[in-house]
Amino acid sequence: MKILPGILTLLLLSSASLAIDTEEAFEDPEMQARYEKILDEVRCLKCQNQTIKDSNAFLAGDLRREIRRMISDGMTDEQIFDFLVDRYGEFALYRPRASGKTLILWLAPALLLIGGAFVLLQIVRRRMALPIDDDPAAEG
Amino acid sequence: MLRYVAPLGLFLLLILVLVKGLDPERDLNALPSPFLGKPAPQFELPSLNDPTKTTGSADYAGDLAVVNVWATWCVGCRQEHGFLMQLGANGDVPLYGLNWRDNLPEAQRFLQQLGNPYVDSAFDQDGRVGIDWGVYGAPETFLIGADGTVLYKHLGPLNWALWEQKFVPLIEEARSPQ
Repeated sequence: MKILPGILTLLLLSSASLAIDTEEAFEDPEMQARYEKILDEVRCLKCQNQTIKDSNAFLAGDLRREIRRMISDGMTDEQIFDFLVDRYGEFALYRPRASGKTLILWLAPALLLIGGAFVLLQIVRRRMALPIDDDPAAEG
Repeated sequence: MLRYVAPLGLFLLLILVLVKGLDPERDLNALPSPFLGKPAPQFELPSLNDPTKTTGSADYAGDLAVVNVWATWCVGCRQEHGFLMQLGANGDVPLYGLNWRDNLPEAQRFLQQLGNPYVDSAFDQDGRVGIDWGVYGAPETFLIGADGTVLYKHLGPLNWALWEQKFVPLIEEARSPQ
């Protein structure tokens, strides 16, 4: 049984060596939390189905470095997202912000829901208008 | 009547959307550049011709210019190199390079061996200027107007056919008297 702690330690070490972002953490835990949260929100343009937190493309590394610098410089999250959108467009953000171009993305769910409710209402109304002439006894 | 026409209309609309999705010309990776019609970012970096000097956006200020983002590790850049040599020699529009995330001796060797089509190349070792320009994959080629605005951005290797089709009309338009 003595081997178990050794195996566990090795497992823990292996996951650490697999981390993509090898930079040192911020001293301020709040800054580190902001940093990680932003990384989760930004698409790696080189490998478009990964966030820059998950990607080992060098562009993702460059963007991590820039975001790290901007946080250190005291920029707000909003300013950092602006920086990215100015250069790479809304597509760089996994959650595009509501603006003229992306409005359809934000409104589509509500529009579909309203459309569905309208269709449902039509069907229910039509059925309610039908005469109740079914004979329950005849069913089956 | 409407109950027959409406589904048919929706169906035709769906067909249109799907056919558009099948367009072989459509490049799924192409993203519209947020810079089109906006001023190109200014920069100053070591020159690849002479690393003790600098080069940058000031070099082509006031002129129509082509800025090509390249690197020695980039396969597409080798593909378009022959075309760029011809374009550089043709000299109609000055061609500048932005050597992106590269190694200085290797970049210089690349130009020595294959020829240097550029008036000069800026050496962007850490990719900082690349980020400012919204570069996400070499090769990328920008057409910059005399007033410094980005007129066009092309992704991927260039050739004469693409040049004639995408760049020439914009260059002619930019040069025609207002």
